[in-house]
Amino acid sequence: MYEFEFERPTTLADAIKAMGAEDAQALGGGQTLIPTLKQRLAMPAKLVSLGAIDEIKGVCKADDGALCLGGGTTHAVVTREAAVDYPALAALAGNIGDPAVRNRGTLGGSIANNDPAACYPAAVLGSGATVVTNTREIAADEYFTGMFETALGEGEIITEVRFPVPEKAAYQKFEQPASRFALVGVFVAKYVDGVRVAVTGASEGGVFRWSEAEAALSGDFSAGALDGMAPPAEGMMSDLHGSAAYRAHLVGVMTRRAVVAAG
Amino acid sequence: MPKDHDGIGAGSKRREDVRFLTGAGNYTDDINVRGQAYVHFLRSDVAHGKLSKVDTGAAEGMPGVIRVFTGADFEGVGGLPCGWCVTDRHGQPMQEPAHPVLAQGKVRHVGDPIAAVVAETAEQARDAAEAIEVDIEDLPAVIDMKAAVQDGATKVHDDLSSNLCYDWGFVEENREAVDKAINEAAHVTTLELKNQRLVANPMEPRVAVGDFNRSTGEHTLYTTSQNPHVIRLLMGAFVLGIPEHKLRVVAPDVGGGFGSKIFHYAEEAFCTFAAKAVNRPVKWTSSRSEAFISDAHGRDHVTRIELALDKDNNFTAIRTETYANMGAYLSTFAPSVPTWLHGTLMAGNYKTPLIYVNVKAVFTNTVPVDAYRGAGRPEATYQLERVIDKAARELGLDPIALRRQNFVTEFPYATPVAVEYDTGDYHGTMDVLEKMADLSGFEARRKESEARGKLRGLGLNCYIEACGIAPSQLVGQLGARAGLYESATVRVNATGGIVVMTGSHSHGQGHETTFPQVIADMIGIDADMIEIEHGDTANAPMGMGTYGSRSIAVGGSAMVRAAEKVINKAKKIAAHLMEASEADIELKDGQFSVAGTDKSVAWGDVTLAAYVPHNYPLDEIEPGLEETAFYDPANFTYPAGAYACEVEVDPETGKVTIERFAAADDFGNIINPMIVDGQVHGGIGQGIGQALLEQCVYDENGQLLTGSYMDYAMPRADDVPFYDVDHSCQTPCTHNPLGVKGCGEAGAIGSPPSVVNAVIDALHSGGHKVDHIDMPVSPARVWAAMQG
Ligand SMILES: Cc1cc2nc3c(=O)[nH]c(=O)nc-3n(C[C@H](O)[C@H](O)[C@H](O)COP(=O)(O)OP(=O)(O)OC[C@H]3O[C@@H](n4cnc5c(N)ncnc54)[C@H](O)[C@@H]3O)c2cc1C
Repeated sequence: MYEFEFERPTTLADAIKAMGAEDAQALGGGQTLIPTLKQRLAMPAKLVSLGAIDEIKGVCKADDGALCLGGGTTHAVVTREAAVDYPALAALAGNIGDPAVRNRGTLGGSIANNDPAACYPAAVLGSGATVVTNTREIAADEYFTGMFETALGEGEIITEVRFPVPEKAAYQKFEQPASRFALVGVFVAKYVDGVRVAVTGASEGGVFRWSEAEAALSGDFSAGALDGMAPPAEGMMSDLHGSAAYRAHLVGVMTRRAVVAAG
Repeated sequence: MPKDHDGIGAGSKRREDVRFLTGAGNYTDDINVRGQAYVHFLRSDVAHGKLSKVDTGAAEGMPGVIRVFTGADFEGVGGLPCGWCVTDRHGQPMQEPAHPVLAQGKVRHVGDPIAAVVAETAEQARDAAEAIEVDIEDLPAVIDMKAAVQDGATKVHDDLSSNLCYDWGFVEENREAVDKAINEAAHVTTLELKNQRLVANPMEPRVAVGDFNRSTGEHTLYTTSQNPHVIRLLMGAFVLGIPEHKLRVVAPDVGGGFGSKIFHYAEEAFCTFAAKAVNRPVKWTSSRSEAFISDAHGRDHVTRIELALDKDNNFTAIRTETYANMGAYLSTFAPSVPTWLHGTLMAGNYKTPLIYVNVKAVFTNTVPVDAYRGAGRPEATYQLERVIDKAARELGLDPIALRRQNFVTEFPYATPVAVEYDTGDYHGTMDVLEKMADLSGFEARRKESEARGKLRGLGLNCYIEACGIAPSQLVGQLGARAGLYESATVRVNATGGIVVMTGSHSHGQGHETTFPQVIADMIGIDADMIEIEHGDTANAPMGMGTYGSRSIAVGGSAMVRAAEKVINKAKKIAAHLMEASEADIELKDGQFSVAGTDKSVAWGDVTLAAYVPHNYPLDEIEPGLEETAFYDPANFTYPAGAYACEVEVDPETGKVTIERFAAADDFGNIINPMIVDGQVHGGIGQGIGQALLEQCVYDENGQLLTGSYMDYAMPRADDVPFYDVDHSCQTPCTHNPLGVKGCGEAGAIGSPPSVVNAVIDALHSGGHKVDHIDMPVSPARVWAAMQG
């Protein structure tokens, strides 16, 4: 690590103020950022921990039935507190990393980072959620802009994510053998007005919606509706753990399994 | 009263676990010497290049910096030595490059240390290392072994004639006979495969602390080592020129080694050297990332094997050609691994009369490769047991019957590859396996899996290994530059307690529990009365350390010999105390008695007499009760066994899960069955790791693609099944006093082939005619293989 200043505000207002400093960076659970700092791959002048700000933590229900998760909510809390209202989301959170990661890592940190193999982006995009920051609201379809890229501006803090609760949903993750992030992860959610299918781990462009599958499933929400379907291998990631063709194939398999799991 | 349940054969719990499990261990990184400074190594980030500039000026002025070292500081110092010289097919010694402590002129792998900063804190040392200006003129990276030995290939070492370290033929005299047998065979099965490169990944990364006492001129090195005496000899005599009496090497609690902590590393020599140069203790702690690019790697063989059979399916000949990656330099025992620890095992459990093994060891711009759990024997077992399975499939034979038909059944058995198996019972372990693994129930389990849409496969293999390394004179003839005996001092205290100082080193094996069990058994006292000390050259007699499943077979034998001397002397004292003839003294349950009488004295009375010699035969024997013995084995030991694995393959994703795993081993006599179970479990876990998950991969530029756990897949608890293990088939070793064979490597040697055999079997059951998939048999590879 390089030297940095450290602040741990207890209100969002103080955090916003602290983030005004030059080269300041938000610190969520530190599960991505701390290893990056240890490897000296980042050099913030100041870290602003969001860990003591109660107003951006927790799970609650909005009047319209959406489930609202504070940006600073840990995966462990989501696993417990979203289990009744949005079991697919709770299950996704409960299968991220290990207990240590889940007890520190946060929803805000995960989607701010937007790792192309992370799980949460699939849930956020697959649910058509709204990302709320200290300055605005961003629809999921506008939020994820590429691998490790988002619509967030400098110093913008994710305070909440609002998930419309679907009739049925499931997340299926095929784990990369080493990291156990998603080699391919598919989140399928069935709403009254249609089905959303979001795919993580696979594409060079980061999380994406598989529109052909959405169309097929909106007419017939069954695995059979996807028989023989897979997205094109072009544009898929290819590495040690799987070729583009393999990933494309897995998207088909995992989507069918998600439909079955959604029941 | 002695407890009769904590001697040989008792499943005593490991006493060392109390400190390991409660955070009370004393690991090298726990050692902080007053006034210590910290070192950070600046390592090459390119695989191959000419060092045109190393400017330390700016770094020297950085806060906290004490001194910056470069290769130039080590010009008068020896390079890291290689402990084994292999002679090639033509009678010539291998090519042996220099291995400087810090790079001189050239860098040869990502991670090669270029400079080292010693500073007040570790962070300051790292800051300053970043300020060192280095210019490297990139050279083409030599990565692919077969390309590396083509004419005109870029050379890793300019002063060598090529990248070929040696071209070894074994047994060279058999070459033509083997060729002929293969040409005339009724059937020849050929298999090309890779035994992939692995990173050992012990839980504790390496650490070294150098200390120099100006008033006595004594150096101390605390280091994460499996064999402190070997480090003392290699570093003292060959690198730094420090005589042993001025050099103490301490390897305290060591958190796993798996071979990677056998070798003498540059960082050890550096810290020892620098401590004197800056007159401060100097400490280095490897990060995990650094371990990936500086710990010796394992395996990395590319092999073609041919198995010839006659019309009755008897094995008639085996011919192999292997390219073995040495990496950029020769690590301490690297040349011996693909040769003497691999070629000599090519007979396996079978009476194949003719064998020829050819090994080409190759330099590449990668981290040096050396022994890793099993070292050479897993590579031999894997190719042999894979090719036998392939032959069975080609010939439509039952793989068990084919193996049984070719088993060695008479002992001693002289193989055509130089070693002589003293005992074994290969049908015996196979019998145990067939029962334990419930092979007769397999078809029903397969149907059940198929009903769930999964393909189920059964894979088996046998293995044999040469352990208890090794007879010194034999290995001397084979090129070892060291003896491989072991030592022990048994020190009895006045009140009867015993301290055994052994040259064996425990870094997970449980010596502190098992060694006392042996002594407890010999004397008939509580194991609690016996303590084991190891890991400090200031205490233990010169010993060769722990690797090659040698601790109980060689170190334990040395201890038995020393204890026998102690007991003989104690009997003399007892005879004197009871005014009897020494020949009539018997020792049982901690009591010396006179045969045929009711006279007896207790162990403690005799030991007290030895140190308070008032009533004592001083004219015949010295006071005190302490003896040392060195034990040099007459032969290797040959543990052997049969393993079975059942897998399920998900045909949609290619994912393999291990459903059952059974291991039937013959380790000879067993000291502590619980610890043996644990050793086998751990070994199988590592073998499953190799079979399904682990691989160390470089790209064509020599960049390590698997430099962290994000990409290097270690086995986790849920990757492995509950194991069935059995070691009831016991043919005791005939040439060591305990009749033991060693069990540390068996699991890692014996498991990979059965896993891969099972996957191939599963695929065939689904109609996929796949001959082979290289390890790791990852989902992506299985799926690709199924696509044809
Ligand atoms: C061993 C391990 C296994 C893992 N496995 C998985 C897995 O299987 N699936 C998966 O999806 N993830 C996995 N992760 C990642 C984990 O989910 C992290 O929690 C997540 O990537 C980052 O969250 P964090 O709160 O720790 O963020 P930090 O590491 O603190 O920050 C990450 C980035 O987000 C920014 N940031 C943090 N909070 C906010 C906020 N509220 N608003 C704006 N920006 C913010 C930071 O400035 C930084 O740039 C794993 C991590 C580890 C260490």
